[in-house]
Amino acid sequence: MERRSLLASILIHAAALLLAAVIVAPIFWLFVMSISPAADLVARPLRWWPGTMDFSRYATLLSTIPNSAGANFVASLVNSILVAGMATVAAVVLAVPAGWAVSRTPSVGWSLSLVIATYMLPPVALAVPLYMALAAFGLLNSVFGLALVYLTILAPFTTWLMKSGFDGIPREIEQAAMMDGASLLATLRIITLPLAMPIVATAALFAFLLGWDEFFYALLFTSDQRARTLTVAIADLAGGRVSDYGLIATAGVLAALPPVLVGLIMQRALISGLTSGGVKG
Amino acid sequence: MSSTWMTTRAWLLMLPLLAVMLAVIGWPMVDTVRLSFTDAKLIGSGGAFVGFDNYLKMLSNSNFQRALYATTWFAVVSVTAEMVIGILAALLLNQRFYGRTVLRALLILPWALPTVVNATLWRLIYNPEYGVLNAALTQVGLIDGYRSWLGEPGTAMTALIVADCWKNFPLVALIALAALQAVPRDITSASLVDGAGPFARFRFVILPYLAGPLMVALVLRTIEAFKVFDIIWVMTRGGPANSTRTLSILVYQEAFSFQRAGSGASLALVVTLIVTVLAVGYGMLVRRTAGSAA
Amino acid sequence: MLKSMKKTLLGAALVAGVSAPHAFAETTLNALFMAQAAYSEADVRAMTDAFTKANPDIKVNLEFVPYEGLHDKTVLAQGSGSGYDVVLFDVIWPAEYATNNVLVDVSSRITDEMKKGVLPGAWTTVDYDGKSYGMPWILDTKYLFYNKEILEKAGIQAPPKTWAELNEQARIIKDKGLLATPIAWSWSQAEAAICDYTTLVSAYGGEFLKDGKPAFAEGGGLDALTYMVDSYKSGLTNPNSKEFLEEDVRNVFQNGEAAFALNWTYMYNMANGGEDSKVAGKVGVVPAPGVEGKSEVSAVNGSMGLGITTTSKSPDEAWKYIVHMTSQETQNAYAKLSLPIWASSYEDAAVTAGQEELIAAAKLGLAAMYPRPTTPKYQELSTALQQAIQEALLDQASPEDALKSAADNSGL
Repeated sequence: MERRSLLASILIHAAALLLAAVIVAPIFWLFVMSISPAADLVARPLRWWPGTMDFSRYATLLSTIPNSAGANFVASLVNSILVAGMATVAAVVLAVPAGWAVSRTPSVGWSLSLVIATYMLPPVALAVPLYMALAAFGLLNSVFGLALVYLTILAPFTTWLMKSGFDGIPREIEQAAMMDGASLLATLRIITLPLAMPIVATAALFAFLLGWDEFFYALLFTSDQRARTLTVAIADLAGGRVSDYGLIATAGVLAALPPVLVGLIMQRALISGLTSGGVKG
Repeated sequence: MSSTWMTTRAWLLMLPLLAVMLAVIGWPMVDTVRLSFTDAKLIGSGGAFVGFDNYLKMLSNSNFQRALYATTWFAVVSVTAEMVIGILAALLLNQRFYGRTVLRALLILPWALPTVVNATLWRLIYNPEYGVLNAALTQVGLIDGYRSWLGEPGTAMTALIVADCWKNFPLVALIALAALQAVPRDITSASLVDGAGPFARFRFVILPYLAGPLMVALVLRTIEAFKVFDIIWVMTRGGPANSTRTLSILVYQEAFSFQRAGSGASLALVVTLIVTVLAVGYGMLVRRTAGSAA
Repeated sequence: MLKSMKKTLLGAALVAGVSAPHAFAETTLNALFMAQAAYSEADVRAMTDAFTKANPDIKVNLEFVPYEGLHDKTVLAQGSGSGYDVVLFDVIWPAEYATNNVLVDVSSRITDEMKKGVLPGAWTTVDYDGKSYGMPWILDTKYLFYNKEILEKAGIQAPPKTWAELNEQARIIKDKGLLATPIAWSWSQAEAAICDYTTLVSAYGGEFLKDGKPAFAEGGGLDALTYMVDSYKSGLTNPNSKEFLEEDVRNVFQNGEAAFALNWTYMYNMANGGEDSKVAGKVGVVPAPGVEGKSEVSAVNGSMGLGITTTSKSPDEAWKYIVHMTSQETQNAYAKLSLPIWASSYEDAAVTAGQEELIAAAKLGLAAMYPRPTTPKYQELSTALQQAIQEALLDQASPEDALKSAADNSGL
């Protein structure tokens, strides 16, 4: 390790502080808005810290009184969990066998490349036929229809992650087990999958975050609280008649909380997943 | 075990994935191509074949040209900024300092924030009457009055790019940081002994290690930027005076607001073509940089 | 084609785990409303609660979207077999909805009593080609609101009667240093800007279409945009107006940062009596002004109606709900944010109490309501006009050139 001059040390710490401020300030402000009284938010000059903290908006949005704004919000929260959850489970179920196949039989790898290449397609290029098809199957405004569409966004990612994961598990272990007379399925179940569990978890996490974030398809394919997801609910809230900016901020905090918590707690897994593709490139 | 059986087994295992992708992506793609040659409406009749009419109309349409320009501008500026800031942040995080672990954890936050929440947040920040940006800049004395950041064509696009950049530079930073940590320490020390300056060291010693991963980040971000919809939809809906109306917004308007599925499809295909050409071009570049770095 | 496909695929859809229709005797209605001007979300929910109490076998799910999403949501839901039953629609959409078979023709359901009781102007909201596609519900136009306190401080005796006078008064307020930019409008790239523009078009006696062709690039149409641009450039108008929607105008006005504002009915009681208003008790309202020699007052028809979608499986229950929502009783009880469609309500002391000024303005304004063009291609025309208005405001084009290119791009 090279030795640093005092000046360099100061510069580095200053830069780090600046970077931290840039990252934290907007998020912190979102939270402050959510607990500031409405009058403070339209005060000029602006009040930087609320005179009294007001957590009532959280109660408003999370209320379950039937036919209230809160019930609508909670319904979309549930929808988001359902859609992202179902799509994630399905994506992992598809990804495990496919990822293993490509890892052990590289000659079929080109088909995975093709699958991953669909990521290039802009959703607007698929939206019209998908809309018509979902309409024909009665799957518009349905969490199942939306989850099916999300599956095609998540599956390429999860399969790629699984493939790199299986690459890291030596096939000699599998071969040894098979020599001992275990069938292929048994080998996969007893030996390979347990070893791949961390990758499965990472893949599932990623898939869930991707599904949670999606907006465009949800905007087009859902119309009310039977399927409307959180992202659409927030966009509606922000564009509608809300004189209280704090309520919009509160909805934002609530929607951001799950992925941000997941991100912080599962940091290591996320970073390894994020970078495994890139570094191995 | 025969290799034929291995291959067959592999295909069988791939089958569920391929079937879903074919049904939900492959078929709609083909159908979009068909629709683009018709005058189909979104709801109702199938539409009649009109040949290349939709394409010809689009290419001569000033709305399309302006949207193409806006999209390109958004993509080039935001991706460049994200790459530069991301690499700088990674170089910083590769140094030792107090709170490095905390800062690296914080980096996850913008990336994990849902895009729509990010857009909503920045819209509140930019609010012309009560936004925190106006308040802060006025109190510091950088501007003498509140501004309409999202209401002026000159600043609206920049404001969008800042918001997009804030959310996405951490991805670049995390990828670059992981690559930096893979650079063997003795190599950097050796070059120091050779008397290489910091810039030369970055250019000739460290950059080759970063090139591959960064190309991947570059490709991902460029594709994302060309497809941009969410953040613009929430923040400006294409305004003011359509200065931020990107191709995706234009397709939405054409196909869904005006219900012209046919011409919407032709527009969407042009977007697809642009993204594909870019991705293939980058792909070739990746191969070349990978070759030269090795 | 969709229908036949639907039948053959029904089996597959059921297997796929799609929820089958509920076996309850209960009917569920899905209704789409907006979260913007007029009745508040709380009002609509309360009105609906009264309905479901009286009709326990009918359940009503309410959906609120921004006005900007109302049209697209309605159209897109048409594709789903179980979309909305009842939708709120703007006066400009019946032509398109009728052409594309989105709404059910309810002419035969409308009783003589309704026909006689509802103000004639309100019917134009729901009628197209001799048929009615719903019941009028929100009878609305843009009024000129003013801050009495600021006008008093400026020594102004009476609110402006003409648009020229508005500028003169705003100039006095600006020169006296009371406010830097006294007038607030909603000129964001949205339908709101078209409503302000239409108000001015009606003042200048302009026309949108002549024989089905755009005619707004000359005469009153051009005068209207020129007025907007002059007002913007003169510094009398809050420059942020170009990114304001109605709610932003209300925020600015009720914070005491605008002396004049053009907005819908709902702002009167929210700004004049609202808890969060800093100008409570100081709000004045008059019809939007006229132009000397051309008009006394001006107004845009910003009314909206409730209709039944063609995909609704319970049109009878849906109509029952609409009748409840549009009934004189319901409307009189919630007359603070939106005025009733019923003629006799305006003589009812319970309705007029505490908002006499608004009622007086409404009598003049509602009578002068000027329509936006009736065409199935309204969305395209509006999009082109929005662009023209913003280009002219931002000095990217002269009002004349901007309107000419809007006429070319309007699809008409």
